[in-house]
Amino acid sequence: MQKRSLVPIIYIIFLMLPIYWLVAMSFKTTNEILAGFSLFPQTFTLDAYRTIFTDPTWYWGYINSIIYVSLNTVISVSVALPAAYAFSRYRFLGDKQLFFWLLTNRMAPAAVFALPFFQLYSAVGIFDTHLAVALAHCLFNIPLAVWILEGFMGGVPKELDETAYVDGYSFPRFFMTIFIPTIKAGVGVAAFFCFMFSWVELLLAKTLTAVEAKPIAATMTKTASSAGYELGLLAAAGTLTIIPGAIVIYFVRNYIAKGFAMGRV
Amino acid sequence: MKTENQKAWFFVLPVLALVAFNALIPMMTVVNYSVQETFGNNQFFWEGLTWFEQILRSERFHAALGRQFLFTFLILIIEVPLGVAIALSMPRSGPWVSVCLVLMALPMLIPWNVVGAMWNIFALPDIGLLGYFLNHTLGIDYDMTQNPFAAWVTIITMDVWHWTSLVVLLAYAGLVSIPDAYYQAAKIDGASNWSVFRYIQLPKMKNVLTIAILLRFMDSFNIYTEPFVLTGGGPGNSTTLLSIDLVKIALGQFDLGPAAAMSLIYFAITLLVSWLFYTLMTKDDLN
Repeated sequence: MQKRSLVPIIYIIFLMLPIYWLVAMSFKTTNEILAGFSLFPQTFTLDAYRTIFTDPTWYWGYINSIIYVSLNTVISVSVALPAAYAFSRYRFLGDKQLFFWLLTNRMAPAAVFALPFFQLYSAVGIFDTHLAVALAHCLFNIPLAVWILEGFMGGVPKELDETAYVDGYSFPRFFMTIFIPTIKAGVGVAAFFCFMFSWVELLLAKTLTAVEAKPIAATMTKTASSAGYELGLLAAAGTLTIIPGAIVIYFVRNYIAKGFAMGRV
Repeated sequence: MKTENQKAWFFVLPVLALVAFNALIPMMTVVNYSVQETFGNNQFFWEGLTWFEQILRSERFHAALGRQFLFTFLILIIEVPLGVAIALSMPRSGPWVSVCLVLMALPMLIPWNVVGAMWNIFALPDIGLLGYFLNHTLGIDYDMTQNPFAAWVTIITMDVWHWTSLVVLLAYAGLVSIPDAYYQAAKIDGASNWSVFRYIQLPKMKNVLTIAILLRFMDSFNIYTEPFVLTGGGPGNSTTLLSIDLVKIALGQFDLGPAAAMSLIYFAITLLVSWLFYTLMTKDDLN
């Protein structure tokens, strides 16, 4: 038993090393970084963080990202819920083909779609808005949400639906007050994955925005090229992008293991 | 036991509308480009299947495709067994489970360009932790900007670092769903650790592992941002994977026709392999 627990510990140390390096670098001065190797920051500085929190082009990047990610999570999960219910409870014309077609959209390389997306969203007139990015990310998040939720719903016995109808529940009331609370672990897991894939995606988010809705990741790329590679600032901005994700995982930590166990397993 | 009900289509309609808007219109744009030639000024000329022929015959495409398959193959044979092994050695319950899961999921929630930038500064020969350790402590000559082998080792390690946890999470979820009674029965029968794994744990993990392998295949086959930020496709073209090459042609050289034809071929290959995986791994369930 003792020896066995070494494996996860070694793995976690391996995961933490690059993160440690990023965080350590964010507290170093640019001179120290370029001067040579040091395991810990020698002259500890918060300058990089101060720049980010006082410069609107920096902190608005974070706000923009959080807005379109939340918007996307809400849209994806709310349209995926009824669809997943249909797939798990009913047979209808073309259901299997439709399900596979939805999944194929996860396979389309974002690089393929970058230019057509730019043209499409410019034509519709919502280029450079949070909504544009939120809608574009639906391409890969809705199929995933449907897939996850369908798994969870399949685990709920059909008798639950039938009993509710016998008791005189209308469909919307049954769905909102009984069914969704029953699969809340699944909703949590689906929301987590939507948040995750929208938060980490950059190519489409960058293509669909210019100024107003520019994501933090794009601000970072611009800094990397224009301000002559300020590594400390870049490291600090990178460190801050880890925090929202860490908060979200903390909240769903119990759902993730139990949630999947209830679902497709 | 599912009931036949065509009205279920109404439930699927919002999903269908949103995904179709995002998938079909851009896809038609790509198809449109792939059969035409443009010299700018929005003037287009019909080209037929010339671009497709050109791409399918091009050495450059074959090379990028080969690198792409090599990359995906390597990360799958490392991440899947490693993820299963880690999931098997994790505690089944107790306070450490949450800590492990939170820490393990962390890399997956870092934006992809930050992952690339992070590994870039981690691997810098003189000021990065990994680069310094390899060069100065172990005395290995390591520089991913000069040496293609070092660049490959770095992008593979980065992907293993980034995504093994997905396999761990899914495999672990499969494992905790196994009732204790199964293990007790195995103990009474005197089953070895290997047979417990082969006949109890592996079958229970099959569904989640299917999801894990499919997701890893699709995402690694489409990978762009991380290797682009890390190595920029270099040194030379040694780490130019399919997406990187595609973006080079489409936005770098602005050759829209060939780029569109390449996109469609690329998409078709992903689709075909995913479909093969999907059918192979779910064929037992269908019988």
